[in-house]
Amino acid sequence: MDYINSLLGILLSAVLTENFILVKFYGICPFMGVSKKIDTALGMGMAVTFVMALASAATWAVNAFLLVPFGLTYMQTVAFILVIASIVQVVEMFLKKSVPALYQALGIFLPLITTNCAVLGVALVNVQKGYDFLQSVVNGAAGGLGFTLAIVLFASLRQRVDKADVPKCFQGFPITLIAAGLLALAFMGFSGLKVF
Amino acid sequence: MNFKKQFEEGLLTKNPVTVQLLGMCSVLAITTSLFNGLGMGLSVTIILICSNVLISALRKVIPSQIRIAAYIVIIAGFVTIVDLLLKAYLPDLSESLGVFIPLIVVNCIILGRAEGFASKNGVLASAVDGLCQGIGYTVALVIMCVIRELLGSGTFGGGLLNGGEGIRLLPAQFPAMMMVMPVGGFLTLGFVIAGSQWLMARLDRKNRKNRKGGR
Repeated sequence: MDYINSLLGILLSAVLTENFILVKFYGICPFMGVSKKIDTALGMGMAVTFVMALASAATWAVNAFLLVPFGLTYMQTVAFILVIASIVQVVEMFLKKSVPALYQALGIFLPLITTNCAVLGVALVNVQKGYDFLQSVVNGAAGGLGFTLAIVLFASLRQRVDKADVPKCFQGFPITLIAAGLLALAFMGFSGLKVF
Repeated sequence: MNFKKQFEEGLLTKNPVTVQLLGMCSVLAITTSLFNGLGMGLSVTIILICSNVLISALRKVIPSQIRIAAYIVIIAGFVTIVDLLLKAYLPDLSESLGVFIPLIVVNCIILGRAEGFASKNGVLASAVDGLCQGIGYTVALVIMCVIRELLGSGTFGGGLLNGGEGIRLLPAQFPAMMMVMPVGGFLTLGFVIAGSQWLMARLDRKNRKNRKGGR
């Protein structure tokens, strides 16, 4: 029972209190880049969630069975980024062949994910916190869900901000960042939320 | 290659942070004290110069189909070196930057310069480009740090001056904690970019006026 509680705790904190984008700042580039429309934001969020869960599983295995036994933990960064890049490649090829409908929806986002800090970030955090296999996968998937939540909320906010009349030097990126700041302020309300 | 032009591009007109909008994650996350900002800026500059030089030297050897993968491996190698050096010689900095040092691998600035500049230009020009872009990045980080630290903790030079405490500029009850929290990162960056857009629009207008006057 304690174990299930710890999994639920990881889930909730990764989605809300330690939200990957708004609290930890992993994956700001896609957050700013692909949040112009709700549909694309949702697609990106789903692709990231999928890859993050897979990458957490794979990097856990690589770390536990390859790097630790051979004393190669200093090669973590290099090994993880290679694993993530190959996962993204494999997922892309697999989706293209077997689930073309899903590939149509997510395809264009996949290459972007390799250089998404959230994916490498979650792999490194899993190792740092000493999570076991299941905890790592839950953390990865929940981190992805938190990413999706933030990016979808932000996309709907941004569609309205783009129509607003703002001073000239604030047009474009600055006003978007300030809107993101206000969203982050709302997420600060979750800090201190401890369920288990 | 024109050094002065490259420097100007790195610092203002093509600044990696305020104009190209690259590497946002670290810019927002670690700019809470001057020490962090300088440390991160210098680490990125060093990695940027090294990776630019190596990628530019190997640009005719790396096949173009797998170039991105090759770049990432080269960058990850340099990042690991810097990470280990920081852990050995500056453990405090390594502790406070945490996971953002290994995350330099996926920092778009470095991959962006590799793809956009080093893969097309000579070794020396690439080194200069790395230096200029790195300085531009560091300057942007330091500006962010100074603003956030002043408003958030009321100090200047935290972790660096006055035995790590920083010089207190505002009384302790005055600063808003919010500014060192994530919210402050977004807000400060928004204002810094707005400021740089305003500055550039002004310079542009001035240049145009000068040209007209000359004719």
